[in-house]
Amino acid sequence: MAITMTKGQVGLTGNTAVAYAMKQINPDVCAAYPITPSTGIIEDFSGYVADGAVDTELITVESEHSAMSACIGAAAAGARVMTATSSQGLALMWEMLYIASGMRLPIILTDVNRALSAPINIHCDHSDSMGARDSGWIQLYSETVQEAYDNIFLAVRVAEHPRVLLPVMVCLDGFITSHAIENISLIDDAEVKQFVGEYKAAQHLLDTDNPITYGAMSLPENYIEFKHEQSKAMAGSKEAVLDVSREFGKKFGRDYGLFETYRLEDAETAIVILNSAAGTTKVAVDALRKQGMKVGLLRPRLFRPFPFNEIAAALKHVKVLGVLDRADSMSGFGGPLFNEVRSALYDLDARPKTVGRIYGLGGRDYKLKDAVAVFGELDRIRETGKIDTLTKYITL
Amino acid sequence: MEEKKDNNLPLGGVIPKGGTAHDYSTGGWRKLRPVLDKGKCTNCLICWVMCPDSAIITEDGKMIGFDMEHCKGCGICAAECPDKVKAIKMEEEAG
Repeated sequence: MAITMTKGQVGLTGNTAVAYAMKQINPDVCAAYPITPSTGIIEDFSGYVADGAVDTELITVESEHSAMSACIGAAAAGARVMTATSSQGLALMWEMLYIASGMRLPIILTDVNRALSAPINIHCDHSDSMGARDSGWIQLYSETVQEAYDNIFLAVRVAEHPRVLLPVMVCLDGFITSHAIENISLIDDAEVKQFVGEYKAAQHLLDTDNPITYGAMSLPENYIEFKHEQSKAMAGSKEAVLDVSREFGKKFGRDYGLFETYRLEDAETAIVILNSAAGTTKVAVDALRKQGMKVGLLRPRLFRPFPFNEIAAALKHVKVLGVLDRADSMSGFGGPLFNEVRSALYDLDARPKTVGRIYGLGGRDYKLKDAVAVFGELDRIRETGKIDTLTKYITL
Repeated sequence: MEEKKDNNLPLGGVIPKGGTAHDYSTGGWRKLRPVLDKGKCTNCLICWVMCPDSAIITEDGKMIGFDMEHCKGCGICAAECPDKVKAIKMEEEAG
């Protein structure tokens, strides 16, 4: 899709917007392998490469394992590196995800969320990125096309922050966000260039005056220290996300925090939910508020690192919470978001009653009536003080 | 945010300088050892080129022996020594 304007409102799909953000950033290297529903990102971006609109070296590889391997090699050589994938592609990168984060390489990956096989399915759920939640990648989630576009710029700054130096995964919902057209506001090329700046790697393989080795072995005498450093960098990256988001908000007028709240201040019941389904939930919140129900929403943007204290503080006044997961961690105890939120609430003196609901797997629609039904259930728990079912599937 | 000060660990587990492999002994698990017959050796230095552990010691362009701290006993030097020369033989390590 040809994009001729750089300001004002323009209708773009999630994939087109992410590709356009990549064009504006003009990374040194992009290594990728196409997979539905993220294909459009690299398809569009390869057009920019072919047209000479970017200086990026596009490496077409034979698999996602190779894509991430090439990204790691290029990042170790000092390049600013970006890629995109979905589902099985992210799963095939799994081994290399840990190597990218362990080597502290600030690679940017857009994951267009899609269900994992089996059964094979190309539609949206979060099982792919949730499967990579312990891989040491920072994870940002996006409700809309605008947010996915903006998150790419935030991701670059957070990843390359001198206190962070970790890879960042930007997640948006497959088809729902990646293929639907929204009116979004683009940032001027010059302003993007100024915001993301020049990338200068702290250390890299092409610096022949200071030779280094990446990927060396580290045995019991120091492996744990390297992991401790990585863990501290991950925990500390929350501050970088806040700093960079504040700067972005000041410059471009769109404010992003660690999470978004919607009519939560005086809410008695609330839903916690990621990505595009938050939009549907907000409509339900508005409808139920009109009927006098005190309902609200919290939508985490940063899932890794998980902002435990901040989320607990934002939810502490709520009486009953429903945490909705578009992924099952197959633990027999609800989805990953439910477990993180429930754990975050543990240290509160008075905790909200919290239930977990798994919805929308493999692209099953999450409709207004589903959100309304969850709020109805939360309200019954509030009235009776009794939880019948702690975790279960909905939208069946 | 403050810059980190509390450690000297190289970022991402890199080895922050070159040539450190020399300090790491890799000769400890050798099963076979190369033995040189100086009388046969023509100093063609094909062994020096081919040794994966840089364990062929030379002096004034001549092959003078093996660095047994780094030789893993792979036998590549013996195999690569030209057929008409065969100055290197692999022998069982004692014990």
